[in-house]
Amino acid sequence: MNTLISIAFQILLLVLLPPLLPGVINKTKAWFAGRVGPPLFQTYYDLLRLMRKGVVLSSTTTWVFSAAPLISLASVLLAGLLVPLGPTAAPVHFTGDLILFAYLLALGRFFTILAALDTGSSFEGMGAARELTFASFSEPALFLALLVLVKLSGTLSLSTMLAPATHVAIDSTAAAALVLTAFGLFVVLLAETSRLPIDDPNTHLELTMIHEVLVLDNSGPLLAAQIYGSAVKLLVLGALLLHVLLPLNQGWIWENWAMTIPGLLAVAGVIGVVESIMARLQLRLVPTLLVAACLLNGFGFLLLLR
Amino acid sequence: MTMFLLILAALLIAGSGLPSLVSGRRSARGPVLSMAIHVLASALGIAVLLRHDLAAAAPLHWATTYRFPIGKPALQLDDLSAWFLLPIFLISALGSVYGLGYWPQRRHPADGRKLRLFWGITTAGMILVVLAANSVEFLIAWEIMAMAGYFLLITEDRRPQVQQAGWVYLIATHIATLCLIAFFVLLRVGSGSLNLWPTGLTHLPRAMLAALFILGLVGFGCKAGLVPLHVWLPGAHANAPSHVSALFSGVLLNMGVYGIVRVAAIAGHPPIWWGAVLLSCGMLSAFLGIVWACAQRDCKRLLAYSSIENIGILMTGLGLAVLGLSLQHPLWVALGLGGSLLHMFNHSLFKPLLFMGAGGIIHGTGARDLEALGGLARRMPTLFWLMLVGAASISALPPWNGFVSELFIYLGLFKTLQGGTPAGWAALAVPLLAMVGALAMTTFIKFTATSFAGQPRTAAAANAHEPGSMMLAPMLLLAAGCAIVGIFPQLFTGLLDHAIRAWTPWNAPIPLETIIPLGCFTAVALALFFAGGLIGVLAIPWRHARIRNPGRTWGCGYVSPNQRMQYTGSSLTQALTEMLRWLVWSTRRQPRIQGVFPQPSNYASHTPDPLLESVVQPALHKAGNTLKSARIFQSGTVQLYLLYVLLIVLVLLLV
Repeated sequence: MNTLISIAFQILLLVLLPPLLPGVINKTKAWFAGRVGPPLFQTYYDLLRLMRKGVVLSSTTTWVFSAAPLISLASVLLAGLLVPLGPTAAPVHFTGDLILFAYLLALGRFFTILAALDTGSSFEGMGAARELTFASFSEPALFLALLVLVKLSGTLSLSTMLAPATHVAIDSTAAAALVLTAFGLFVVLLAETSRLPIDDPNTHLELTMIHEVLVLDNSGPLLAAQIYGSAVKLLVLGALLLHVLLPLNQGWIWENWAMTIPGLLAVAGVIGVVESIMARLQLRLVPTLLVAACLLNGFGFLLLLR
Repeated sequence: MTMFLLILAALLIAGSGLPSLVSGRRSARGPVLSMAIHVLASALGIAVLLRHDLAAAAPLHWATTYRFPIGKPALQLDDLSAWFLLPIFLISALGSVYGLGYWPQRRHPADGRKLRLFWGITTAGMILVVLAANSVEFLIAWEIMAMAGYFLLITEDRRPQVQQAGWVYLIATHIATLCLIAFFVLLRVGSGSLNLWPTGLTHLPRAMLAALFILGLVGFGCKAGLVPLHVWLPGAHANAPSHVSALFSGVLLNMGVYGIVRVAAIAGHPPIWWGAVLLSCGMLSAFLGIVWACAQRDCKRLLAYSSIENIGILMTGLGLAVLGLSLQHPLWVALGLGGSLLHMFNHSLFKPLLFMGAGGIIHGTGARDLEALGGLARRMPTLFWLMLVGAASISALPPWNGFVSELFIYLGLFKTLQGGTPAGWAALAVPLLAMVGALAMTTFIKFTATSFAGQPRTAAAANAHEPGSMMLAPMLLLAAGCAIVGIFPQLFTGLLDHAIRAWTPWNAPIPLETIIPLGCFTAVALALFFAGGLIGVLAIPWRHARIRNPGRTWGCGYVSPNQRMQYTGSSLTQALTEMLRWLVWSTRRQPRIQGVFPQPSNYASHTPDPLLESVVQPALHKAGNTLKSARIFQSGTVQLYLLYVLLIVLVLLLV
């Protein structure tokens, strides 16, 4: 019964919490800039408003353009079901789900990019090229982080990898590896969710954007699906990072749950801080940053191999 | 009985080209009869194999009572060879159906009959390679396959590029055969008989085992297309008719893999470096193959390089399995070999699908340069669907088949981290494999999007027409195969387990379904389908149906964008190829813009095979020049060559 409740709770969190995170990020940024900023729940309002709007479709597009936001959202949500959001196991877990997780995110990316190119616009083409280029570097970084977690926990399922049983001794080497991996994963998170310093979610100058330009031609509910999907991705990857940083599996279960939601909001807050104090990197330097993330995770792995 | 029926099927296939050969140059009946014979014989072969394999019967051995100078002709079939035989029958049969639409006799009166004759012979040669039970037979079958394949490749032998590709193929295949002859001679010395495939030769001297492994790897690796022995592959695949490319890429490369799989098992408990070498060769091929594929703009060359990548991935799995043999880890063997063999089967499904699709594009537009295409999704909606399935499968996206086999290999590599084994370094292949996966996705987005999305870039693309049903039907079957393997892998793991058992010296390998819950693949497919549908129904209030269609895509304020201003495939991968230019070696002609009113200018880029054009060809030319004086021995008279052989044998006998 307890597991049923926790599963239901996780699914509720997965569905309802995501739009809050961009709100937290934007509030943090506004606070840094000395503004009031948009309301905390602005993304919810945006989504609701977009749901009521009509859709504008270019005559160049085909069915792929309309289907892609649905497929990407479905794949991101499914990926979310594999990650334990709190102290208990994820709703779905089995040996090898870590690979499914990575490839579900890739499936979403595949269709988003295909839909962008389906419009035949050069702006979308630019975004697609950047997204593909950066994904080629963030993917190995993510898998190196997974290697560290597998090596540490000795298991091959995200639920047990992220919340290893308490008897797994965390010595100083393991701690060092985890810290390195946390930094690496944070960069992956920024890249995958298109935040500064990799991508600027605020500008609407096509020449400087990645994710915004990919969904430039989406409108109405299709745009809502994209915005919601990227918020879910933020939550899921944020939960991944949170588990690396915090031992969420010790002590009383409700205490841990109580730590989970503030923890996730804190991750969003940190992203907000990073966005406030950093400028966007030159596009040609982004791969360098991602390679650095690979190296951080790689060093973490080497520490453990020793 | 099983063996008899298989031989019957092989003989029918070998002769399947005869009806079209004896019928007229423009006859439509001959090719149809050829196709029918081929398809029926293949169906017979597949049925026999499945019956044999599902019954978990013991390996079959069949020998004639006649004794020839080379020994008793004998054939054998175990579950491993059965696994390799299945794609041969399947793809060759589908290809012969496709050929009716793609290479109709009345449009190709000069070379259609030749193509159909050698189609059957190549297929029969491959069947014989897998069934051969002694080395001499194996080599004969190998040569039949290679030479008939050569004639298939040079179907359009009047085109200079085809001739050039044919030459490179011929040289490469002979180097491979040379290594194989040496390999089999050494094997005869080591195992004491001509029988194939000996196992447990652990007692041999280490140097001899090493020599056997290296010779086998080079000989078979050349056929499989491992880097750096791949130089023949891109040209051959790009210049053959598309269904021939499909047969080459989907099945012929597998024969090289078959050889390597068998060679890896001869030692019983091979030294660790065997696995390490296979793993590194695999990763090298996978990485370089996909980097080169990414930079191509000829759709068939792109697919050819991606074959190198896929062979690399399955070699990685095989390397892991060999490590498992050395270090006694049945789990690694199951996941490594299982993933490797399944990936081979998957590659035999999606690569022919993509090659046939490329053929459909060439058939419908007359263009093979990706940059000349665009907007085909409207003109060829069915082909677009099929190619999307192919692209998603080869990019290893769930819920298609490439994902299943790559998941096995990934898991196997992750497993090397558990329990403090000395092979934890093998897990470093994981991030590399991830990068290969991301690059593969880039490549195939480039492939599908540049040709099918957006607006047509040329008149040829604007007037494209959908391929006929003869071409679409085989592709539909292949696409369905990709989905079935991806959604219901449990239908195939039984056969895989048998194949793994035939390869390992242990009696009780670990069944794959005990390692991974295979139902999860079905569940993922269902979940994706229902979640996508649910979001579609719930979130999108189509009942309002306020869909406006105001015209072409908004040009961000630019009033008259045209189709030539679309993002090209080359620009899509430009950042990547620029970063990896030390691997790609593209040649570029940059425009020079001078003055206030610059002259019209153009930009051209070309990505040749780095190894072939920058290393192999210059080296061969140099060798040809310096060894000019040795040409006097090369008179072109066969009698004289026989005399050389006789003299050399005499000298060897005297020494």
